[in-house]
Amino acid sequence: MAGIVSFGAYVPIHRMNRTEFHRAWAGFPIPGESAVAAYDEDTITMGVEAAIDCIRDFDRQSIDAVFLATTTCPYKEKLGASIIATALDLRAGIRTMDITGTLRAGTTALATALDAINAGSARNVLVVASDCRLGAPSGMLEQMLGSGAAALLIGTDGVIAEIEGHSSLSDEFSGVWRSDDDLFVRSWEDRMTLEKGYSAMLSEAISALMQKYNLQADSFDKLVIDAPTNVTKQAAVAKKLDLDPAKIQDALFLTVGNTGAALASMMLVAALEEASPDQTMLYASYGNGADSFVLRTTAALANLEPRRGIKRHIESKLMLSNYETYLRWNGIIPLDAGRRPDPPPASLTALYRYRNEILALYGARCLNCGTPQYVNPSALLTTGVTPIRICAACHAKDQFEPYRFADKQATVFTFTQDNLAAGMDPPAITAVIDFDGGGRALFDVTDRDPSKLDVDMRVEMTFRKMFTNNGIHNYYWKARPIRCEDGNNG
Amino acid sequence: MVRSIKDRVAIIGMGCTRFGELWDESPSSLVVDAAYEAYDDAGIGPDDVQACWLSSVEASTSGMAGLGLSAPLRLQYKPVTRVENMCASGSDALRNACYAVAAGVCDIALALGVEKQKDSGEAGLRVTGGPPKAAVEPNSTNPGAFAMMATRYFSRYGIAPHEGKAMLAKIAVKSHYNGSLNPKAHFRRIITLEQVMNAPIVAWPLGLFDCCGISDGAAAAIVVPAEDAKNFRADPVYVKALQICVGPADGIVTTDYDYTHVEETYRAGLAAYAEAGITNPRKEISMAEVHDCFSITEAVLMEDLQFSQRGRVREDIEAEVFTLKGELPIQPDGGLKCFGHPVGASGLRMMYEMYKQLQGKAGERQIADPKLGLTHNMGGQPSGCTVSCIIVGN
Repeated sequence: MAGIVSFGAYVPIHRMNRTEFHRAWAGFPIPGESAVAAYDEDTITMGVEAAIDCIRDFDRQSIDAVFLATTTCPYKEKLGASIIATALDLRAGIRTMDITGTLRAGTTALATALDAINAGSARNVLVVASDCRLGAPSGMLEQMLGSGAAALLIGTDGVIAEIEGHSSLSDEFSGVWRSDDDLFVRSWEDRMTLEKGYSAMLSEAISALMQKYNLQADSFDKLVIDAPTNVTKQAAVAKKLDLDPAKIQDALFLTVGNTGAALASMMLVAALEEASPDQTMLYASYGNGADSFVLRTTAALANLEPRRGIKRHIESKLMLSNYETYLRWNGIIPLDAGRRPDPPPASLTALYRYRNEILALYGARCLNCGTPQYVNPSALLTTGVTPIRICAACHAKDQFEPYRFADKQATVFTFTQDNLAAGMDPPAITAVIDFDGGGRALFDVTDRDPSKLDVDMRVEMTFRKMFTNNGIHNYYWKARPIRCEDGNNG
Repeated sequence: MVRSIKDRVAIIGMGCTRFGELWDESPSSLVVDAAYEAYDDAGIGPDDVQACWLSSVEASTSGMAGLGLSAPLRLQYKPVTRVENMCASGSDALRNACYAVAAGVCDIALALGVEKQKDSGEAGLRVTGGPPKAAVEPNSTNPGAFAMMATRYFSRYGIAPHEGKAMLAKIAVKSHYNGSLNPKAHFRRIITLEQVMNAPIVAWPLGLFDCCGISDGAAAAIVVPAEDAKNFRADPVYVKALQICVGPADGIVTTDYDYTHVEETYRAGLAAYAEAGITNPRKEISMAEVHDCFSITEAVLMEDLQFSQRGRVREDIEAEVFTLKGELPIQPDGGLKCFGHPVGASGLRMMYEMYKQLQGKAGERQIADPKLGLTHNMGGQPSGCTVSCIIVGN
């Protein structure tokens, strides 16, 4: 039976205490912290992080499809899933698809993945759910939304949670929406949104699932029920169906915030992290209708290496010191452009030609002397050195094999904190890093506490957005202090 | 058999504009000022020049090729070549002029460097440039690239940050004193150690006074065969060594590079000393104008040029070896620190000071009886650069 083979998740390291929103705008104080995507993070980068967490100990060649579920794709016209697939160094001969437009995109993607596997057109499908929605400044939604991502590897081999059944229903009503030019989420008044929309649809879908598979109220060990921004409404759904509210999976409200199309998947990952074999789970998600699933964990769950997942990512955090930084990072207010000429637009030709060097962080290893080497295709001293033709160590010509640096950890050789560089998070920290196993390069250092940077600091690579120019999002890799010390670092 | 350039060509005229934020000057106007000062100094006219090399890197004359020189001067159908070799461009223009004269293919050559840096709208030196590219370079500036050398130097030699900053501060204080005596310098004020130490940080650990300024300016030299030099003037300056060393830029690719020295400088120095027949640079070189784009650059290249022992430049800085009255004065004109760095002009500006010092015409800055002067430029970044090292004497 098809099911979940692996899981992973991502929560941005930056959190903001919600008292900061209250300090800025007064209004209703709301407890807890929001996970804030940094200026260099978006749906794609968070999706890559969650996917790496999910598949780092799996054979990349065995993945036949990547589905990206989100309502915040950085492009209207250009696929997001293909960027993720390239960053993950997956085969070219796979199916990539963005599933978007609804907050239940994550479960729609899961159902679609199951169909593909059951139809025999794919062995393993990577479902990535990632979202970074914004509420308008001073509103309640601003405080309640958060950013995050989850990834599920769906397949039939080594299943840790079988998906025993599934039921969907469609509904036109939407209590929250964004038109194609809205930056912020809009919302209808709460009572209709929650009662006619969320509660009614979810209970109907869950009830249909229970009937279809002859499930009783006490069949479930865990209830992973999607939550609206008002998390107390999870319990209302359970109550309606006579389900035990004590079994409801926490909706991450106090630690992350509502992560939209990624929330249900993130809750499922959090549930799987705590689950033991032979448990039955209800998994349901809402958004213009609802999807519901019944899952049963298997003995293989115990064999899966611990993930950074939800728990460890939540524990690893840096507090944003103020609301102004949140505004800056999210591009909500116009900022001083910096008193310097604009950089020239990126060459799409160069971005295409060097896509493996840039998006998958490929360098080369010399077959003659064994030295791994990486060159940034656009930095001052390495422009024109891509592809690598002459070995920097032994000077042999054209004897290389591809060598991937994205999964290598490294040590800071030297660094600076640059106040002159225009940046969204001054000081701009760049470091020369020496990769374990060989190779050296200059990278930005992100997700860092400037006071802790030092020579010999250990770092790992993280996929980030460099900047946007001419409508092109330039994605690349940065170094960051190792996020979670966990024996599963590479 | 490779022949040395030593004593085969001489500089018989030089010109140098005032350097600074010359908002009212155009590149072409600076070209005219530098060239005509050099003509007058050499006692020649525009028609006497037989071949020219123009050094310019940024927008000043880029795209204009040799016309950037011939048009402002209305030169009458002469060969002109534009030279671009980063911060060593001015020195490389001089090198090309010297080689042409040494080859016997022309008797009077002009090397001229000009840059109108301040028209770019960029506060510092641009890192960008070059062909259309993917634009995923890390967010680094030139101060950042050199600051990394300071970080590593302090770490390697166990120097506490405040001690390291004090060591570097003395370099800026020394250069500013020299610049205060120079009417052509951009910055002409004496600064204190406290001012340097307390200045805003540009790229840690480098503060404002650890970084050279950016300015506009032009400088020029007239080169003739050594045997003809005395026909033009009694005190020509003879070229003893002309070296350019361009690295493979592998310091940022392989893990061998230590970020506490600049290999290109070390090798350019070795080659120049060999060409000039110098065995003890510290003793034999009387003075030097080196590429002090940042204080740490000057510190490290004192070691690379063998003026100080490896890891021990701090002792020489503290002993005031490099001040105007010291054993080996460095930056007698104030250096990049006080002149700023109009990239294409800097190498020739340095040579202008060596030339005047050797002729005993450096005024308040005059060094007692100098014999050999060295100029050094470094373009690029510590992990890969183009370096020039030129030695001249009387």
